[in-house]
Amino acid sequence: MEIAVVDYKGGNVQSVLFALERLGAQATLTADPEILRKADKVLFPGEGEAASAMEALRAAGLHKVLPTLTQPFLGICLGMQLLGQHSEENDTPLLGLLPFNVKRFVPNTTHKVPHMGWNNLQDLQGPLFAGLTDADHVYFVHSYYAPVGNYTTAQASHPAPFSAAVQHGNFHGVQFHTEKSGAVGTRILANFLSL
Amino acid sequence: MVKKRLIPCLDVRDGRTVKGIQFEGLRDAGDPISLAARYAQEGADELVFLDITATNQRRQPLTHLVRDVARVLDIPFTVGGGISTVADVEALLMSGADKVSINSAALARPGLISELARRFGSQCVVVAVDARLVEQEWQVMTRAGTVATGRQAVDWCREAADLGAGELLLTSMSHDGTKAGFALELTRAVSEAVPVPVIASGGAGQPSDFTAVFKAGGADAALAASIFHFNETALPALKQYLHAEGIAIRL
Repeated sequence: MEIAVVDYKGGNVQSVLFALERLGAQATLTADPEILRKADKVLFPGEGEAASAMEALRAAGLHKVLPTLTQPFLGICLGMQLLGQHSEENDTPLLGLLPFNVKRFVPNTTHKVPHMGWNNLQDLQGPLFAGLTDADHVYFVHSYYAPVGNYTTAQASHPAPFSAAVQHGNFHGVQFHTEKSGAVGTRILANFLSL
Repeated sequence: MVKKRLIPCLDVRDGRTVKGIQFEGLRDAGDPISLAARYAQEGADELVFLDITATNQRRQPLTHLVRDVARVLDIPFTVGGGISTVADVEALLMSGADKVSINSAALARPGLISELARRFGSQCVVVAVDARLVEQEWQVMTRAGTVATGRQAVDWCREAADLGAGELLLTSMSHDGTKAGFALELTRAVSEAVPVPVIASGGAGQPSDFTAVFKAGGADAALAASIFHFNETALPALKQYLHAEGIAIRL
């Protein structure tokens, strides 16, 4: 199986590569449209700030390539948010593959921002979550979120529910870090690889 | 809801895990990679690696250790010690660290916090604050706790959060290694002053200390070293205890 990890100089991709390696999967880190198109699976990790990530994607010409991909595609963290329409983070237009607008959490004394740490998943739907339950926890670290909609395949709360995972066709996204979520994250990553 | 986190801290010197009392008198506590793997297995929510010799010897942290750790670890980890430039941080993140912790360099030049937050995002910028109780005031110390800065802990924490820190690692040097409990009032004061998560550190001795720092201290996470390294308190038992005490914890 050919696995491509999108390389757009957008932060920490090493953890995702190591997680794939622990699953016995060989991945290619690439920004080459041809390799991306031919891969069986594409992973799109993201960290950092939305506007500079979109800028890096445009600089690499990937803003036009990614939306045309037809194989199973997984956006992680900021990589999930970039699939939406627009982000409140520096008023940034996104890739526009899913209908959500990304908003910022409002902190209070008991709910800090960033939403950082282990939170349980709720209302799990679809093949990524095969074998998992509402009692399972995954690791989040983010200050912006996608609201719940008909594209939502898992929710978490902080304190209101938000999209922990989304899907539209071959495009999947998870707000949490599969590569840093222990055995639960490993299972989700393995589920994605077997799509 | 997001759970309270338990974070074993591995102080690393010359490739070994060490632990002292109030930052001095170091004891050997083993190989950091096997300790890290053991903690992850036992349910640690995150790990922190501090290269405790880095700042005083002006040496860059060990990126190869970070790489070795990232290869085996499937939970998040933070690296600190001697980090002073954007290039230092980039090297560590590219090696697989999830967050970096900065301390002396941020005190010397607070603008570094904003530079890092802009470049890499606040989520990976932890500002570590070492505070010591001097004449009833919590003073911020720098250079591995050896030099007083004249700053007040709560003020500096607020400033660091305003500049873009995504999390604060608050250590009471007056409690560090004493096992007499965390600095509850300091932790509460900082937690109420900033919108970002606060990791309390220094003084963990028994399970009830963790209940206190989460309830009375308002901490989002608690960091400890000695009690974990020397097998005095096992993580699974501690998590069961906290769960029974009504603390939201990942089991």
